[in-house]
This record gives sequence, C-alpha cells and structure tokens, in this order.
Amino acid sequence: MLKKWRRLKERITPTDIVMWVIGGAILALIIWGSTATIAAGRYNSHHWFDFVIFGLAQGSIYALIAMGYTLVYGVLRMINFAHSEVFMSGPYTAYFVAAAFYRSDFLDQHPFISLLVIFLVAMITSAGIAFLLERIAYRPLRAAPRLIPLITAIGASFFLQYVFRGLYGSGFQAYPVVKIFEGEWAFGEFRILRFHALVIVAAALLLAALYSFIQRTRIGKAIRAVSEDKEASYMMGIDVDKMISTTFVIGGLAAGAAGVLYALMFKQVHFFMGFIPGIKAFTAAVLGGIGNIPGAMLGGIFLGLIESVGPSLFLDGLGIIAPYQLKDAIAFTMLVLVLIFRPTGILGERLAVKKA
Amino acid sequence: MKRFLMMLFVLVMVVSFSVISVTAQTKDKIGEIKIKKGEPIHIACWFVIAGPDASLGTDTKRGVEIAAEDKGGKLLGHPIKLSFQDTGCNAEGGQAAATKLAADPTIVAAIGSNCSSEAKPGAPILWKAGIATVSPSNTAPYLTDPKRGPEYDGYLRTCHNDKVQGAVAAEFAIKQLKVKKAATIHDGSVYAEQLAAVFAETFKKLGGTITAQEAVAPTDTDMRPVLTKIATGKPEFIYYPIFIAAGGHITRQVKEVKGLEKVALMGADGIFSPDFYKAAGETAIGMYHSSPDFSAFAGGYKSFLEKHQKKYGEKPLAPFHAHAYDAAMMVFAAIEKVAKKGSDGSLTIGRQALRDALYATKNMKGLTGNISCDKYGDCADPKIGVYKTTADNVKKLVMPDKPIWKP
Repeated sequence: MLKKWRRLKERITPTDIVMWVIGGAILALIIWGSTATIAAGRYNSHHWFDFVIFGLAQGSIYALIAMGYTLVYGVLRMINFAHSEVFMSGPYTAYFVAAAFYRSDFLDQHPFISLLVIFLVAMITSAGIAFLLERIAYRPLRAAPRLIPLITAIGASFFLQYVFRGLYGSGFQAYPVVKIFEGEWAFGEFRILRFHALVIVAAALLLAALYSFIQRTRIGKAIRAVSEDKEASYMMGIDVDKMISTTFVIGGLAAGAAGVLYALMFKQVHFFMGFIPGIKAFTAAVLGGIGNIPGAMLGGIFLGLIESVGPSLFLDGLGIIAPYQLKDAIAFTMLVLVLIFRPTGILGERLAVKKA
Repeated sequence: MKRFLMMLFVLVMVVSFSVISVTAQTKDKIGEIKIKKGEPIHIACWFVIAGPDASLGTDTKRGVEIAAEDKGGKLLGHPIKLSFQDTGCNAEGGQAAATKLAADPTIVAAIGSNCSSEAKPGAPILWKAGIATVSPSNTAPYLTDPKRGPEYDGYLRTCHNDKVQGAVAAEFAIKQLKVKKAATIHDGSVYAEQLAAVFAETFKKLGGTITAQEAVAPTDTDMRPVLTKIATGKPEFIYYPIFIAAGGHITRQVKEVKGLEKVALMGADGIFSPDFYKAAGETAIGMYHSSPDFSAFAGGYKSFLEKHQKKYGEKPLAPFHAHAYDAAMMVFAAIEKVAKKGSDGSLTIGRQALRDALYATKNMKGLTGNISCDKYGDCADPKIGVYKTTADNVKKLVMPDKPIWKP
C-alpha cells in the first residue's frame, strides 16, 4: 500500500498538479456560469434548441474537414496544413457552376440535379488538389525529417491560396440561394432551418459512408494497415504509395463536400475562406484524438456545439458583456481542458492501435 | 591592422552620420527631403486594396488618382509618383504597411489609412519617421481625440468623426423610425466599437433602450447564435457598423432567427458599397446605412463623378472617394506651400514644416465641403445622411445616391 502510494507520488509532478488546478478552476467556472445562466431563465427551450441545431450544423462541417487531417495524420504522422486550401478549392470552383445554373434558372427548376453536379464538381476538384498536393509537395519529402513536410505544408497552403486568388480574384463571391432549401420546418415551438437540416443529414451520411469505407472495404483495411506499420504492410504486398494517395483523395472528397455545405450555409466564398474552418477542424481532430476517425467526428461536433452554445451558456451567467466575441477563446479553452485531463484527446490517438 | 581599419571605418561612418543629422536638424526639426531635378515627388497611399474590403481601398485609390490627374500629374514641375500599399483592414496589416513606408526615405507624405484599426498602430510609426498622413476614411473618434498622445501629431483626416455619424444614426432611429429598443453589434475593430458606443450613448440619451451590445469577430461566419441571443431582448432595430464580410453574414442570417423577422437593420459607411450588396444579396433590401451625404457635396463633385465614370467605367464603389480627393489636394497644397526651390531645379521639403502646413489648412474648398483642420487633425466638414437600399440597388449593384433623411 505504502509502496504503491510512493510510486504514485513519483509519477505525479508539480506540473501535473498545476494543470489539474487550472483544469479544475476552468471546470468550476463553467459550472458556475451555466448554473447562473439557467437560473436567470433568459433563454427558452426553443432558444436552446436553436443553439444546438446551429452548433450541430457547424460542427458536422468541422467533422468532415477534420476527417482529412486525421486520416493523413494516421498514415503519414504529419499535419497537412494545406488541407484548409483543399477545402476552399472545391466550393470556390463549384461556385462558377452554381452561378451558371442560377443564371439559367436551371437551379430552381432542377435543384437536386444541380446540387448533385455542384457537389461532384467541388468534391472532384478538392480531391484532385489533394492528390496533386501529396504527389508534388509531400511524396518527395517522405524520407525527410518530420519538420520538413510540416513546413512544406504551410508553404503549399500559401501557394494554393494565392493561386486561387490569382485565378478567381481577391474579392468574394456570393453563392446562389437554393430556393427549396430556404425557409424552415416547424414542430410546435421548435423549428429547424431547411438548409441546416440538409447540412446535418448530408454530413451524417457522408461521415457514415467514410467510416464504413475505412472499416469495411479492402482499401480501407489496407489504409489501416499502412497507418499501423508502413514497412510491414509493404512486405504484405500493399502498395503503400497508392494507399497514401488514396487517403489524400478521400480526405479531399470529404473536404470538398464540406465546402459546398459551408457555402450553402453561409453563401459566400473567397480565397481565404479555408483558413479559419481549417484551424477549427484541426482543433477538432486534436480534440477527438488525432489519427482517430470517430474521434475527429466527435471532436468536430463537440467544437461546433461549444461554439454555438458555449458563449450563452457559460458566459452569460457570469455577466460578461458581448460573450460571442469570446467564441474562439471558449473553443480553445475547451481544447486545453480536454488535453489536461486526456492528453491524447477524447477518444485517444492513432488510427488502429496505440504504438509503443 | 585589419581590425583597426574596421574600427576606423565604423567611427568615420558614425561621425559622418551624426554630422548629417545635425546639419539636417538645423534646417527642419525632424529632417527634410531633397528632390533632385526631374525626380518625382513620392506620395505613398496605404489602403485596403485586397481582400473582402478591397472596395473601400479601391474607391479611395481612385479619388487620389483623379486628384493627381487634375493637377496634371505634376507638382512644382516635378512629376507626382503615387505608390499603394495594402493594409488588409486590420491592425497587423496597418502596422506592416506603415513600417514598410517608414523605411522608404523618398516618401514625402502619406495618404491613408482606410480602416481605423490600421491607423491606430500605423500612424505613430509613420510619424516617427517624420511622415505626416492624411486619412480619407478613418472615422474612429480616438484618432483625433485630445487624449490621443503626441505620437499621433502627424495624423489628420478629411472624413467625418464618428461622434457625428453615430449620433445621426441614433437620431434617425428615434425620430424617423420611432423605435424604442435597439441592439448594436461591433466586431472588435476600433471603428466599429467606438461607432456602436456613440450610437448607444446617443440612443439612450434620446430616450431609447439598448437591449444588447454584442460583438463578433470579423472572421466569424455563423452569426445565428449571437443573433438568437440578441433576439431574447426583442429589439426593433439593430445597428451594426462593421465591415463587409461579417456584415454580409449578419444581414443574411438576421431574418432566419426567430423573433428578428421584422427588425429594422442599419449599417454604416464601412458596408456602404456594392460589394456589400454582393455579400448580402436580396436580404439587404430595405436596410439603412449612415454615410456621408453625397447630395450635400460641393459643385465640383459632379464633374468628379464624370471623370470617374470616364476613367474607370463605373460608379464609385464606396463612400470615401471624394474625401480621398480632398486629402490628396490638401497634401498637394501643403507641399506647394512649404517646398523650397533650389537653383539647380531641386526641391527641399521640411518634414515638420509640411506637417504644420497640413494642420494649418483652413477654408480649403474641397469636394466634401469646407476643409478646415483643428489642432487634433479633424479637417472634415461632416455631412451625414441616411440611405435606404432598394431592390433596384441590389440588382444593379449600385449604391443609392440620395439620402432619405438628414438631421
């Protein structure tokens, strides 16, 4: 008993204690703030319902983008910072298709066909950019030390941003409005905006498809094998290069689809639009446990919800003015909080099993 | 030996530099610029010429260009050289642009910046290098406040101070729209925060209630949560004097939030631009803007518009082209006043003298009215009107040209 206690004492460093104190303080603040807000009774149940829906819609987009980060981290152990530009390239290119459909009234007459085409264009563009990115910028550096691909990724991110700025201009474009997805569906006092429903359902379907692709198919299995051990999978006859390319393409497809959903929700595209969602999705991936696919989904949705509900729930009760300005601060505080108590993220790191 | 030579060399350099600076100081307190015969007079503009708020910078850039053209491209026999530096409409961009300009000794004077957040860190950097700057569109009260500090001594502006604009917006809401409850949203920028505060203060003074003073980040896209929060206070009017990207998102998302379907919307001069109509689409119809009153501008404005149309093939993109024209004319006049001609055809311009000449501008007949600078650099003749956006404006992407209400 005493021995056990001593061993425990050796394992706990002063840093740990400080961290726990910080974590405990944040947690106490959150609980205090939430109780005060709920006690004040400023928001009705339908307000909370709205907050949750807004958060779910935003969060499912983060989740889709986070898939790209987490998949690439899984197979290459690198953070693909250019992924935010992969996300931007799809909807920005598809904008021109969407605008053409809108001008010719095709969008209003055949909204579903148009949307399908817009999604396909965006997903193919994003996947193509992701594929080229891996082929040109990352593959030649695969044997280099880990820091080098990271710097390359940042360089590639700037390169892509300014290529698209050169191609499509520095202003922003307004995405056309799809009429049948305007308005809302009401259930008593609760209601949901139609395009929020579209975003949530589409993102859920895509996430489910991605997950089962990774878990159930032969290619998915090969990707998981590569992420566990490249050399061993090479010896087992898996074409490692091809699997890495495939991973990038899958991440690109998810990002392209996320981009269109984002454009449908916010109706604006410009060359810098990927930056913030990219950072947020990366945060989501870390939050859920980078390299872990369900973790990325969970992290994304969690982050979206926190951003939407957090300022009202945690800060309103504390009497802080203009809490929505602190939205990002709350999101990143959550990240700190999660990492203090679970250093590998909510669901833990790595694609398949933990490596020594 | 080598080391000794090196030391000697360094010593000589130091001595010669200090001699130069001493001799310079005897002529002008903070230095002067010598422009040789045939060399251009370099005036640097630091504007937002890229990104979502590029319309603001492009608009003022054109104003300056037309002013230079009206001067025949020449000042005292020297060609005018204009250079443009992007500022990004944020503090970091303003600081970077100002640092770059400060390092260029050929710059005689600067025009800019566009957004108040850029001027706050940027103007002191320029003034440290002895460059006076005249802004055509920084409206935040802080920049010409008596408490602003000596580092802003080289700063002037030809546009209105937001103490005026915020009050006009509040008066319009109370007197014309007869609303009692209003909410404000700012984006943390110096401009928006102060303008929203002035509005709220005047609105309360006139007997209204402010239900919420919210804030967003300029890069935010999902405004529905914050709007839902605002809706709990049941305002009849929302004033959000912010910039185009976030302003577009708010305008689009307001009507989707329960309880805000009938709320009146009002923005300020920062989003009074066709680019804002692009961002907000049809949801901008019926919304109000406070902005400089074009119809009260001087007679020369009409021919300015004709030149603008001829040169750029379109109508102005934002409200500050005329202020930029006036700022440029003010700088030109001050240079003409203080430049000393040398016998070899060169020009010598004292930096302190130029700054003092700018501050001494009185009763200059500008496009925007009578330009007279006070001792804190407020030079405008502020005339603010309230505009209402029609379906036609949004469809054709042109701003309304006549205000619907004036104080």
